[in-house]
Amino acid sequence: MTHALTDDAVTKDGCAIRASGVGRVFAGTKGHQVIALDDVHLEVAEGEFVSLIGPSGCGKSTLLRIVADLDHPTSGSLTVFGKSTHQARVDQDYGIAFQQAGLLPWRTVAANVGLPLEVHGVARSDRQTRVEELLELVGLTDFARSYPDQLSGGMQQRVAIARALAESPRLLLMDEPFGALDEITRERMQAELVRICSETGAAVLFVTHSIPEAVFLSDRVVVMTPRPGRIIEIVDSRPTAGHARDDEFRDAEEFFHTIARVRELLHGGPVAAARGVETR
Amino acid sequence: MTAPSAWARFAVRALLGTGGVLAVAGLWEAYKALGPDTGVVVHGVVVLPRTTDMAMPHVWDMLHKFSQPVNIFSGHQTVGSAVLDACVFSLKLAATGWLIGVVVGFALAVLMARFRLAESAMLPWIVLSQTVPLIAIAPLVRRWGSQIHIGGWTWTSENSVAVIAAYLAFFPVAVGALRGLRSPDATHLDLMHAYGVGWWRGLVKLRLPASVPYLLPALRLAAASAVIGTVVAEVSIGLRGGVGRMIIEYAQSAGGDPAKPWAPIFGAIGVGLVAAGAVGLIGLLLRPYRRGEAS
Repeated sequence: MTHALTDDAVTKDGCAIRASGVGRVFAGTKGHQVIALDDVHLEVAEGEFVSLIGPSGCGKSTLLRIVADLDHPTSGSLTVFGKSTHQARVDQDYGIAFQQAGLLPWRTVAANVGLPLEVHGVARSDRQTRVEELLELVGLTDFARSYPDQLSGGMQQRVAIARALAESPRLLLMDEPFGALDEITRERMQAELVRICSETGAAVLFVTHSIPEAVFLSDRVVVMTPRPGRIIEIVDSRPTAGHARDDEFRDAEEFFHTIARVRELLHGGPVAAARGVETR
Repeated sequence: MTAPSAWARFAVRALLGTGGVLAVAGLWEAYKALGPDTGVVVHGVVVLPRTTDMAMPHVWDMLHKFSQPVNIFSGHQTVGSAVLDACVFSLKLAATGWLIGVVVGFALAVLMARFRLAESAMLPWIVLSQTVPLIAIAPLVRRWGSQIHIGGWTWTSENSVAVIAAYLAFFPVAVGALRGLRSPDATHLDLMHAYGVGWWRGLVKLRLPASVPYLLPALRLAAASAVIGTVVAEVSIGLRGGVGRMIIEYAQSAGGDPAKPWAPIFGAIGVGLVAAGAVGLIGLLLRPYRRGEAS
């Protein structure tokens, strides 16, 4: 087990996230209500990688924001490690990364990664050691003193991931973190993330609209539909025994199989076999 | 790297700047030499000034004036040193006014950024405040100020001038800083929220540094406004010793000595340049916070 799991807080039920009947209604213009989420039930186990996928407007980002306590459900309840989302946020039980890397441009890479530690009063020397570890984890040791504008989009996103991992959270929330990256960088980042997750043992809630990305990374893929945002089905996408999540897996039969299954669900009907079509 | 060094870039900019000044002087002299004495008149309207020595003294006469005695009674003091003294006097007042204006403007911006209500309540008044003519408020400030006595300290006309300079200087700072404090991305704000950081910590860690690119132009504008405020206030209050009053005094001798009124005008420009330059130095100190400007 890694340090991420040796946290003193004990989870009562082995659940990182437990959502039951979560709904979120936004007050729209002229009294119209927009139902962003409706009756969402979801459990994410500790150390599990779960992706939320669906067309825009299906509430996947809203769900993630509710988990992060950046938004609040209008019905139902949601707990993180058995605590209220507010408590989990205050206790820094999760790390978060967004589609925009969101690095502070006036801080060096090292200072950006150390930001959460700094605002939570971690001593300078401890901070330095941890930042070095994290930069090594994401392979950016040589760029510690660089500024964000000197980095490529992929590198910036790696810094953001390192920052999200700074406090060794047992849960990582990622909102389309690779959405703005090009195909090649994206696949490399996915491989990096698989490695990082296996090293830290953190649970991940991952929002994406790329089917292959969701299938490649996740243990389970949560397929959602818009208006109102609902879960249609949860697809198991764990590679069968003997398979690792590596580039070979991208060419495996079962990989395409799962992709086709998710696709079907998203399109609401059978779709022609997936091989050779978009595998992003 | 093949990019030109910082010094080379500085040299190019200095050359371009000097070239610009020389071009203006050249244009002045060229029009003076070639233009009609009576000026260019279209349908009875004078569109370009007369080119006589009275209306447009030679550039070199204006410059030469700096080395001449102020007048026949003044003994040794040259126009140059008199203007310099006046400039230093005015610059001090402008700097005081600028400082007050920056502090007040920034405090207002923080208040408005923190409380929406404060913004709705104050911003219209802040904008309105700048539409009041300086000439109108100068005597008021002086009259109110003269009633202030704290211990042995009494309000002076210098204080009035600094306050009026501040009255002009606070505006760009309040508006610019407010924009700057509001400039962080939603992602950054979410991040701070996720870290459980309160508003005031967020101010220090996020909003303040993010406001720098907006703040610097505001500070430069405030510097220019403070100089203008000082000059105008000196005139309308009638404070002796600064460039404002000197411009009026020297203008009276324009009839016999057309180059003389230009000396304090150049002096005032000099004060403005020094003020802007000082703000430029602040910009250099805050360079790390300006990286966002590029991207």
